Amino acid sequence: MLEISQELVDQIVAHARRDHPDEACGVIAGPIDSDKPVRFIPMVNAARSPTFYEFDSLDLLRLYRELAANDEDPVVIYHSHTATEAYPSRTDVSYASEPNAHYVLVSTRETGTQEGPFEFRSYRIVDGEVTEEEVRIGSGSA
Amino acid sequence: MTSVEIPTILRTYTGGERSVTATGATLGEVVDSLEVRYPGIAERLVEDGSLRRFVNVYLNDEDVRFLDGLATPVADDDTVTILPAVAGGSLTIELR
Repeated sequence: MLEISQELVDQIVAHARRDHPDEACGVIAGPIDSDKPVRFIPMVNAARSPTFYEFDSLDLLRLYRELAANDEDPVVIYHSHTATEAYPSRTDVSYASEPNAHYVLVSTRETGTQEGPFEFRSYRIVDGEVTEEEVRIGSGSA
Repeated sequence: MTSVEIPTILRTYTGGERSVTATGATLGEVVDSLEVRYPGIAERLVEDGSLRRFVNVYLNDEDVRFLDGLATPVADDDTVTILPAVAGGSLTIELR
């Protein structure tokens, strides 16, 4: 199960809408071993593509050093699909490399950059296996 | 001895260790040195003689793709960091 604040959900969705039609991507960090998403870290999609995302390699190094210095884990790794459903693709599964993270997928296929309905779902991806999990949204901020 | 930082997903090869040491004058030799102690790890890093596309390897603060890949010279006080790429998307063609 992913427990996440409404504020963080709103920030992820806003990022996805802003970057539409390109896929948006980012991380939510939390204290090591807490499994609690706290700090929103939107990343640049170096691929700038409507069907692929990748963190720039030096952005990634900076991110992981920052997480280590703060005693944080990447609790959530999120990205958006802009024309398909919010379900991990074969590509998403191939490249998922953080076994302890919650992989959040948002789809902006219905409303694009505008307000309106969207899909927000979360998954564990471990050893090539996808398991969807419940998302419990708490009120207020982290 | 060169320090090598190991990402979570490869710590199954190193018995859970996140920071190990290796020897070698080039990154390729460092990978060979890791393989001797942690068999199977080289295949996760290298394919057909080159570093895998979706594994990032850094020498100190630089991505070795912008240096000399596996031929990049490595010194004793250098740190090699390995981070799998964070990537994916709805693209259905499997990229290599």
